[in-house]
Amino acid sequence: MATLDRRDVVRELLRDRGELLVVAGLGASAWDITAAGDVAQNFPLWGGMGGAAMLGLGLVLAQPARRVLVITGDGEMLMGLGALCTIAVQKPANLAVVVLDNEHYSETGGQETATRHGVDLAAIARGAGIADARQVTEAAGVAALRQDIHASAAPLFAVVKVAAGNHPLVLPPREGAYLTARFREAVLGPAAHHQL
Amino acid sequence: MDPDWPDRIYETLKVHAITQVALVPDAGHARLIRRCIADPAMRVVTLTTEEEGVAMLLGSWLGGAKGVLLMQSSGVGNCINMLSLPVLHRAPLPMLVTMRGDFGEFNPAQVPMGNATQPALEAMGTLVRRADTPEEVAPVVDAVLRLAFNTFRPTAALLGQRLIGAKTFGKD
Repeated sequence: MATLDRRDVVRELLRDRGELLVVAGLGASAWDITAAGDVAQNFPLWGGMGGAAMLGLGLVLAQPARRVLVITGDGEMLMGLGALCTIAVQKPANLAVVVLDNEHYSETGGQETATRHGVDLAAIARGAGIADARQVTEAAGVAALRQDIHASAAPLFAVVKVAAGNHPLVLPPREGAYLTARFREAVLGPAAHHQL
Repeated sequence: MDPDWPDRIYETLKVHAITQVALVPDAGHARLIRRCIADPAMRVVTLTTEEEGVAMLLGSWLGGAKGVLLMQSSGVGNCINMLSLPVLHRAPLPMLVTMRGDFGEFNPAQVPMGNATQPALEAMGTLVRRADTPEEVAPVVDAVLRLAFNTFRPTAALLGQRLIGAKTFGKD
């Protein structure tokens, strides 16, 4: 049984985050990054299930000098597994994808996902060609992961096994245009609003 | 008739400073894809499914880059729910779609999605413009890029089968 608490994991991963840009998949992952602090360098998704990792890829290709962390759930990642192939082929050095794997669809009543039945997302990522694809089950691994997110020289993929069960909702703003403008200004400065 | 219309698309992409090209290949886009791959200022990303490109190009825009999504009409069906992202987030998403199941189709499997391409895009809030002759290609692609980046929304240029020619499987 996984014992890591997802809120603790995210709080540790985002500690002293510096210029790190963070994308969160819909649902609990978006609530988790918001619980750690609703800042402009966060881009929490409210929809587009299966798209979080690819959104991260587009962002790192546009911003090769910035570190980007995608935090998402096992259900969201399972819906877009092809993204692992696409990312592996592109080999962005500044992208990390972390799956908080509680083996359940926690937003819809706690139904089991495929990872509950042995599907190994880290092995899938490794098979796609992401050499550093790891599984983390204890706090020491989370601390090491946090360091590597800021220092890796190749795409990084990690499955962090976390306890099932819901936390209190901590909702980010849900006006998409606001989230876009806030994030773009944080990355590009005020010129973001005048880009042609 | 201008047989070099794919080059006109490439030139239009350059005018608009497009630097990211996400695609699932289609024969109708083959020449344009070759031009983009040969351009060191363009990052070409081959996707496993078209919806990846919708999410990717939102990320591109968040990082200040301008991209375009190339696909065949069947790929539009793979994008439907993901098109909620550029609508919700008021993000530019120009799509260049080569049509199948449109005019003189041989393969019956192409007809349902070809017939539904424009209504499906429009149902998801995408502005759609069509080009059916070589002369229409450059102005339509230019219009679709302008609509996307000037007004922050998904847009699509449908490149008709009369333009690209129907695949005949040797049954001419």
